[in-house]
Amino acid sequence: MKKTFGKSKTKALIEAFLEEEAASPASNEEALKLFVSGRSGPEEELPLSRAGDSYWRGTLKRLIKKPESIITLGVLFSLILFACLQPFLPGQRSPVTINNDPVTGLQLMNRRPDASFWLGTNNIGQDLWARIWAGTRTSLLIGLAVAFFRNALGVLVGFAWGYIRRLDAFFTELYNILENIPSMILMMLSTYILRPGMASIIFSMCLAGWLGTARFIRNQVILLRNRQFNQASRTMGTPLHRIFLKNLLPHTLSIIILQFVLTIPSAISGEVFLTYIGLGLPADRPSLGNLINTGRMLIMSRSLRYQFYYPCAVLSIITVCFYVLGNAFADAADPQDP
Amino acid sequence: MFRAIAYIARRLLRMLLCLMLVTVIVFCLMRLLPIETYFKDFDRATELQIHNRLEELGLNAPLPVQLWRYISELLHGSLGRSDIYREGHPVAKILAEKIPVSAHFGLLALCLSLPFGILLGVFMARRKGGLIDKLGTAYIVFVQAVPAAVYFVFLQLCGSDYLGLSILYRPSVPSSQILPIVSMSIPPAAGFAMWTRRFMLDETNKDYVLQARAKGLSSRSIAVRHILRNALVPLSQQLPGTILMTLSGSIYIESLYSIPGMGGLLIEVIRMQDNTMVQSIVLFYAFIGIVGMFLGDICLALSDPRIRRAPKAVDL
Repeated sequence: MKKTFGKSKTKALIEAFLEEEAASPASNEEALKLFVSGRSGPEEELPLSRAGDSYWRGTLKRLIKKPESIITLGVLFSLILFACLQPFLPGQRSPVTINNDPVTGLQLMNRRPDASFWLGTNNIGQDLWARIWAGTRTSLLIGLAVAFFRNALGVLVGFAWGYIRRLDAFFTELYNILENIPSMILMMLSTYILRPGMASIIFSMCLAGWLGTARFIRNQVILLRNRQFNQASRTMGTPLHRIFLKNLLPHTLSIIILQFVLTIPSAISGEVFLTYIGLGLPADRPSLGNLINTGRMLIMSRSLRYQFYYPCAVLSIITVCFYVLGNAFADAADPQDP
Repeated sequence: MFRAIAYIARRLLRMLLCLMLVTVIVFCLMRLLPIETYFKDFDRATELQIHNRLEELGLNAPLPVQLWRYISELLHGSLGRSDIYREGHPVAKILAEKIPVSAHFGLLALCLSLPFGILLGVFMARRKGGLIDKLGTAYIVFVQAVPAAVYFVFLQLCGSDYLGLSILYRPSVPSSQILPIVSMSIPPAAGFAMWTRRFMLDETNKDYVLQARAKGLSSRSIAVRHILRNALVPLSQQLPGTILMTLSGSIYIESLYSIPGMGGLLIEVIRMQDNTMVQSIVLFYAFIGIVGMFLGDICLALSDPRIRRAPKAVDL
């Protein structure tokens, strides 16, 4: 240790750091290891421990103690698993095949749910059961893609914004201007200009939300910026990417996960909205938004309303589960929150 | 007083800058559209026809010239002419027909959602963890988690099946306004309730409440006279924007009940690919949003002196 930190200023800093660390449950040795690892040596988990348990173990424990998080986790897991496995199960129809009556050769339009078509057929004779699962896959894909790209960009910018002082003024000014534009408008306009399609829908939804995420992350980073472990890293000349990965990321991971989980339902609802205003995916690519929109046009006739109810039920289950799960996770990750 | 004026002036400048920037961005983005979208049948049009049509629309000029022309027209109060929706009709005139309809529904819905939301929030905060709080939380979770497209349609179906209300809006039947207005007030009421509850709970833990209690004030008068008044300060920031936004109408509700307002118009012109109309409506929405936020900040600064006293808004 002595040979690594020669200068007196650094020494004083280390002492202050150690004093603070000694007050916390983490042992001195752990703190020392962490400190040395700023430049070399094995990577250690940051000492975020509370009374014996590690932070993540405690979070997990609190999370699974709640009945609602177990239920939503179970529902989501089985839904996603089934949606992925459904095409490979025996006796499934293709979601885009138009089914004809074997005797008359006519399309089996608007057939009520029965033994062969479990959820009935739509207005051109496609199997609604298969379409709903195909639509669930599409919508989940959109949700995950938006959650991934939006948060990846948001976190990266948020770290830079909060940590690098020179960038703060620029991004704050940019934010002040862009936050004035309603995100719905941005989403609509970019989809309209790029012409509707999978990629443009995902792009538009990322465009509309990344700055908000970045702002949220930035506020957390500001709180961490001048904590002593960051000061120490700066003094030792730790490269920026290392500070981001080893100092900032572990401390913000819980809110990043929260943002990720909450982005998924909002992106799925966003797809429904875009489809509704006529900027959705083409009809040959089933999505929950497409199915709901087609079903909505038929609600005037009472016997056809099943085509609206079933996709709505699946959509609502997915979005509610993600929302409840996200909030349960937030409570578990931040137990001091009232 | 001087500081307040300086603050407003600074904020006004930022708003103007923002309006200009948005206009330029939206205009330039719209020019990215392929020219095919300006024609009903592009494949059959001859080269001369294409040239003439583009000339007529002013699209052959270089971009800065087009932009300059557009902005100077905008400053004269002209939004251009519709391409397809009503060919050759001035956009401003079409909007002037639609905005009052949207504002009528939006303001009535606001009159319903604002008192209901704030009352609900107050009751939720006063008995934290009680029955009302739990029911209210369930309501807020429902509104935030379930897509609006779903529950609006269910409300429409329930209202028409069980209450015998008209399934579509008819100007001659006043009762056909009930369903759209009630549906429109559901999401904002949840928002108002959530914020009121949160701000009330934040205020409840402060020292002045403790002191008021020590003085022997009843918990009701503390809640109404002290906590609520302070809790409404942050809410006042959202209010001007919410009121202005009623002009833009609700996209879902207006198309579900076929109300001839702004929201329904937007869907129609997107389906018809009327580029000039889309551009004007998008700009209109953006302008409302920007002006609403400006008024909200002014409102907040007027009701909370701490904000205008700071030379630069302290934000963390």
